[in-house]
Order: sequence, then C-alpha cells, then structure tokens
Amino acid sequence: MRSAVAGLELLEPRSVNEALRMMRDRGPATPLAGATDLYVHLNSGTLKPRRFVNRWALDELRRIASKRDGLSIGALATFTDCLRSPLVRRRLPMLAAAAREVGGVQIQNRGTLGGNVANASPAGDALPVLAAAEALVVLRSTEGERRVPFSAFYTGYRSTVMRADELIVALEIPPVAGKQWFRKVGTRLAQAISKVVIAAVRDARPRIALGSVGPTVVRVPRTEEALASGASIEQARRILEAEIKPIDDIRSTAAYRRRVAGNLLACFWKETS
Amino acid sequence: MSASKPDGLSRRDFLGVTGALAGAGLLAGKSTAGDGDNRPAAGGLGPDPVKFGLRVNGKDHEVAAEPRATLLDVLRDSLDLTGAKKACDRGECGACTVLVDGKAVYACMMLALQARGREIRTVEGLAKGEDLHAVQAAFIEHDGYQCGFCTPGQVMATVALLEKTPSPSGDQIRAGLCGNLCRCAAYNRIFDAAAAASKAK
Repeated sequence: MRSAVAGLELLEPRSVNEALRMMRDRGPATPLAGATDLYVHLNSGTLKPRRFVNRWALDELRRIASKRDGLSIGALATFTDCLRSPLVRRRLPMLAAAAREVGGVQIQNRGTLGGNVANASPAGDALPVLAAAEALVVLRSTEGERRVPFSAFYTGYRSTVMRADELIVALEIPPVAGKQWFRKVGTRLAQAISKVVIAAVRDARPRIALGSVGPTVVRVPRTEEALASGASIEQARRILEAEIKPIDDIRSTAAYRRRVAGNLLACFWKETS
Repeated sequence: MSASKPDGLSRRDFLGVTGALAGAGLLAGKSTAGDGDNRPAAGGLGPDPVKFGLRVNGKDHEVAAEPRATLLDVLRDSLDLTGAKKACDRGECGACTVLVDGKAVYACMMLALQARGREIRTVEGLAKGEDLHAVQAAFIEHDGYQCGFCTPGQVMATVALLEKTPSPSGDQIRAGLCGNLCRCAAYNRIFDAAAAASKAK
C-alpha cells in the first residue's frame, strides 16, 4: 500500500460514554468522524497525533432536534443531514445555504458540523453561521457537560477552549429572529475554500460574522453597532473594512478580501431590506 | 511503533506473517501492552494490520489492513477493485467516488475500518453480466468522457444522485456532480449523460 499516512492507532468506542472514557484514559487522542479535514492533514504528514477515536458510528450524536424554539444539532450531523433537514431549513436557512456550498456532495456526506467547529479553521463555512446565530457549543467529558458561547470558543488561530478530554456533542442554536443571509466567495462554486465567507442576520440588532478575514471566525461588533444606530451602508462599510484583519495568503490578498467583505455587507443590507 | 513488531522481520515479511496470523484470528484486539504506557487493549486497533470484514457490491470480504489504510487503498490493493481511481488522494477530484450506504463518498478520505458493517458499492458492481447499468450506457451513448480517468467517479456520483433524485433538473445534476472534476472538461456531455440516464429508467 502506497500511502503518505504513517501508522495510526484507532480506538473504537461503542457509545459516547465509552468515547469520553477513552478521551480521558487513553489521551492524547484526536476525535475522528468524517475525516474530511483530518485526512488532508494526515496525508500531508503535518498531523502529529497518532491515536484517534473513531466516533463516526456514534449515531446518537447525529440527531437534529427542536430545542424550545431553536435547534439542537448533534455534532455528527453531516452537512447533507443539515441541508436536508426541514427543521434546519425552516429555522436556520443560512446553515442550509452554507452546507450546500461545503466542498462537493461527497464532502457534504461525510463532513460534520462538529468537525467543522473542532477543526477551527478561520475559513470553516459553517462557522460564521454559528457565530451570527449565537450558538452554544456543547462540550462533554466524563465529568459532565458545559455550554460555551460560540463567541468565546476560539482563542486564536486554530485554538479553542476545549480540553483534551472533551468532545463536542452538539451545537445549540437559540431562535433566530430576523432575515438570515449567507454568502461564500471562493475561486469556484464547489470544491473551493472561501476567500471570504459571511453569515448575517437582519434584525433591530444586526448580527454579522465573517470567515477568512482574521485568525478565527469573527463577529464585527463595531459594524453591527453602526448599522443598529442608523449609519448608512457606506459608513458601515468603511467601519467593516477597518474592523477586519485579513491577510495575504495562497487563496487571496488582504486588499481583495477587504473589498469583497465590504461588497458582501452592502449585498446583505440591500437583499434583506 | 517498531517495538510492537516481531524482531528481525522486514516490513514485507511482517505483512506476510500478519496475513497468516490474521487468518488464525490472532490479530483482533492484539495487545500492545507491556511497553509502559497506557495503550489500550480491547478497542484499540493498529498501527499493525488488523483483520476485518467489508461488504462490497453485495459480497462479504475479509481483509487485513493497517488502520491507516483508506477505503480506496483496501478496495484497490486488497480486493483488486481498481475502478475507483487514486488521483488527488485528498478529497478534491472525485475519481475515487464510491457509494457507502447509498451515499457518494470519497474513498480516499474514509478509513477502511470506518466502512465496516456498511454497504459499499463500486463501479464494478453496476453491470449485471454484460448488461450495463443505465448510467454506464448513457455515458457511452452521450460520450460523457474524454480520457476516461474520472469516469468511474462521475458514474458513481450520478448513480447516487439518481437514486435519491430520479428526475433531477439541470441545476440538481450540476449540484449532484459538483464534487467530481474532469480535467478534460467534458462536463456538458457528462451532464447530458446524467440527464439521459434519468429518463432511461
């Protein structure tokens, strides 16, 4: 077998509780589900961990359910699950829109919402949606469960508040009032990583989140504040362009991202008016 | 890692030996304890080869492979099913597309162990003897390829699409095949073939 992937060890929990015990007792271990992000790192030889907890078969974490007037989405719900779910389409259409633009069909069939969150890429397509919807990340360990507001989950580039013994078990989404809007700009429609990705909610208190314009997904409170207090879209756009911190990288340039982010803000405002 | 291998064996010898061990049922749950760390006994697989079953095109197979092996590697190297192609090997091109429980997936980014207990279908399973599957026939009829390398993946993605959406619109066809690249850019004829196959049923 010719493969760039070095030997690895796979732990096979039969239940969530067993998976949590494995995370506690056999760590450091990396949870693995659809492997659509992990496998790229594994195959390029940049992933150090060699022990993985295969949680793909833990179907109890795949449920999408109503939670009060919001949603609880199991960490293992795939993007296909999200975009086919009538509940998601009704209550969080911007997530269905994001799910439809993740990779291609094959990635959508394997990539999971929890994996997108845990991978902690600043370009993760679903992350601006979760940020704009003010989701809670439900983390579980053998010691219990805690809920972390999405805005407090990332601490820097690819780093989170998760402990090594914790698993993401669900994302909880409170009811979202107002019109939802999502747009991803990449080199092409499918199979492209975003240059800029935005999710926004038009409400008395507008909520706007962007990906690929900083080390983590970001909310833009100063821009939101300006729009909430009646600033023109031109003013808000200038504030946004100063508020985000994009960089030049292999996918795009800081200048392009700033310009496109401003254009997207204007589109959002026009299309939801 | 090497400490867990029998001494004095080359990697190739070792694979031969483990094949025999696997045949004797000695590998499942093989303990690597005794090296002072807390490596798991039961439930921990690898990095050495393990024996497991895969159900492919309606037939059960026993294979021995390392946990790092992808479904694509095992299909091609252990089961000699080379229809699924290894091109990008990183989930970008779609040439390795197979169906797992009816859904199109990239076999190159699914560990073979994750496909245990699931129904795997590859392009080799489509034709019934000399009778081609409607999608295969439509690709020939509509010349839905140029070099042909991406074709097994395009065909399997089309099969998955039509099983879920028997009469897709043009947009649904493009969305259903968006994870499959064709470097010859025969896209229009591929989409024509998919549309024709949907009507052929």
